[in-house]
Amino acid sequence: MSILINKNTRVMTQGMTGKVGQFHTMGCLAYANGANCFVAGVTPNKGGQNFEGVPIYGSVLEAKQQSGATVSVIYVPPAYAAAAIDEAVEADLDLVICITEGIPVHDMIRTRYKMQGKRTMLIGPNCPGLITPDEIKIGIMPGHIHKKGRIGVVSRSGTLTYEAVGQLSALGLGQSSCVGIGGDPINGMKHVDILRLFNDDPETDAVVMVGEIGGSDEEACARWIKDNMTKPVVGFIAGITAPEGKRMGHAGAIISGGQGGAEDKLSVMEECGIHITRNPAEMGRVMQKVLKG
Amino acid sequence: MKIHEYQGKEILRQFGVPTPRGRACFSVDEAVAAAEELGGSIWVVKAQIHAGGRGKGGGVIVARTLEDVRNAAGKILGMQLVTHQTGAEGQLVRRLLVEEGAQIAREFYLGMVVDRDSQRVALLASSEGGMEVEEVAKNTPELIHTLRIDPVAGLLDADAAQVARQIGIPEASIAGAVTVLQGLYRAFVEKEAMLAEINPLVLTADGSVLALDAKFNFDSNALFRHPEVVAYRDLDEEDPAEIEASKFDLSYISLDGDIACLVNGAGLAMATMDIIKLYGGNPANFLDVGGGATREKVTEAFKLMLKNPNLSAILVNIFGGIMKCDVIAEGVVAAVREVHLSVPLVVRLEGTNVELGKKILADSGLPIISASDMADAAQKVVLTAKGA
Repeated sequence: MSILINKNTRVMTQGMTGKVGQFHTMGCLAYANGANCFVAGVTPNKGGQNFEGVPIYGSVLEAKQQSGATVSVIYVPPAYAAAAIDEAVEADLDLVICITEGIPVHDMIRTRYKMQGKRTMLIGPNCPGLITPDEIKIGIMPGHIHKKGRIGVVSRSGTLTYEAVGQLSALGLGQSSCVGIGGDPINGMKHVDILRLFNDDPETDAVVMVGEIGGSDEEACARWIKDNMTKPVVGFIAGITAPEGKRMGHAGAIISGGQGGAEDKLSVMEECGIHITRNPAEMGRVMQKVLKG
Repeated sequence: MKIHEYQGKEILRQFGVPTPRGRACFSVDEAVAAAEELGGSIWVVKAQIHAGGRGKGGGVIVARTLEDVRNAAGKILGMQLVTHQTGAEGQLVRRLLVEEGAQIAREFYLGMVVDRDSQRVALLASSEGGMEVEEVAKNTPELIHTLRIDPVAGLLDADAAQVARQIGIPEASIAGAVTVLQGLYRAFVEKEAMLAEINPLVLTADGSVLALDAKFNFDSNALFRHPEVVAYRDLDEEDPAEIEASKFDLSYISLDGDIACLVNGAGLAMATMDIIKLYGGNPANFLDVGGGATREKVTEAFKLMLKNPNLSAILVNIFGGIMKCDVIAEGVVAAVREVHLSVPLVVRLEGTNVELGKKILADSGLPIISASDMADAAQKVVLTAKGA
């Protein structure tokens, strides 16, 4: 097993015919069972055409009905990406993965509001996507650094996720699934949502959780872990040296009750029993030590 | 993107929020003329820089005669204003706001922010205006009232009135406060801000509610549909290195250390800064070259890093995904040849085409120190920086 996606998942690609969409669709088709998994593309006005043999439909609903795809990956440009998510939610897909970086935050507020009460799950935006090694890759991560195994990885960042995965693979620790949840302030699934899934997945033994400064998602996740998680978690937070207030002013610090700094997050995580490291080069080795008990 | 107080007040007035009458001025004579034109017997001369805390730093002066206005403007214009947000070197004051004085009875705090947890716009209000609001939040959080606003319904009359009552606006002035709160919210949403603050919001002696300050930070991802906001941009208020970086689509933030780093991806860039610190060094910058760095981009990134007079070493840390290590290695070699590198350079490559990339660096004949992983890279760069 794995979480969210496996070799039987059927995926449509929104924005497949753009330059970015084409490039990454090729990469996803070439990875493991990709040629069977990626069954449709969506580009308005290009219905009836195909890309690399993958049929293109004019709408998400049509793609779902014709191809049976229940998951969507989005490469649509930022100005139209929130509307693309809305369309996928309206079509009642299981899961939407939005890779697009730079979506206006007020667009995402409206999109998340519309998603209330809907069953569609959202990963991203501004994320590398997710992968179940040797089965399926949905997104922009380099497939070859992954190795099939029993460690879950969840992260807000792109290349830092690859760093964690690279360290694990180098030590022979393969991954069950790796999920990049994205770095935007308004996004879909949080660390805690992914940890829940890993906790319930019989083929995941332990999880590497990579966070960043800002917000309080990691703290919320840590508290959930303390009360519920039955598997060991290794944690790292990027941004100990990031200057305060460079991204956000006063009101941002107030809303999180003065929290959100890397040290605050690390201390909450440590209190909650997460095996933290302050050294980003040690994520793999800490996991190795934890597994050896 | 940040703007000046006087620009923020222009926006607020468009949304029906009352502010004192005022004029933006670029010279002492303009300031005196503005005061004369405004009339009255009391004026406030305010430094216009993007940082907060201007009053404490001596950037806000109350004047009771036109001569006072002249003296105040002369004193503030051209000063290096140091506040808790500018850093020790301060910020040069090039613009002033001259305003009519207000008869202040009470001061309040109003803030608005995109709240990650509720995924809504949150309104923050407090009876403790004009103060360091972080201190209020820390010491007396019960004095900060938060309202998370429904994006479809907007800020309802009843909710706005309730917040106004919570912070102690008297009953006779509730309607005026509701106008301010709703105007601020509409401005925030229509102009697509990430953060807005009115500190202080004041209640005047005659019971009107006025925005005495205005601070906005707009979502840079939404500026493409707000040319009127982009027109407010003041490049003098931004770090020249950061402006230069943005021209080449590089994400750059200056820090005060001596070890520059060039990384792909924001998370890995922060982690690289962290590990430099962990091994006893000090990062000179945050620099994310993004996913599709070309040779030109890498060269520009090197030029930027080399502009730092404190520089003692450079660390390149690349985890190639979309970006291939051989492409980045060629970029590094070309950049080093073009910029005549004067400090030690440590390069750590990992990911797609890593062997090819390492070979290009080794074959270049350049004195590039190769590192096997992040820890090795950090140790080497800190060591060479100390030797430099």
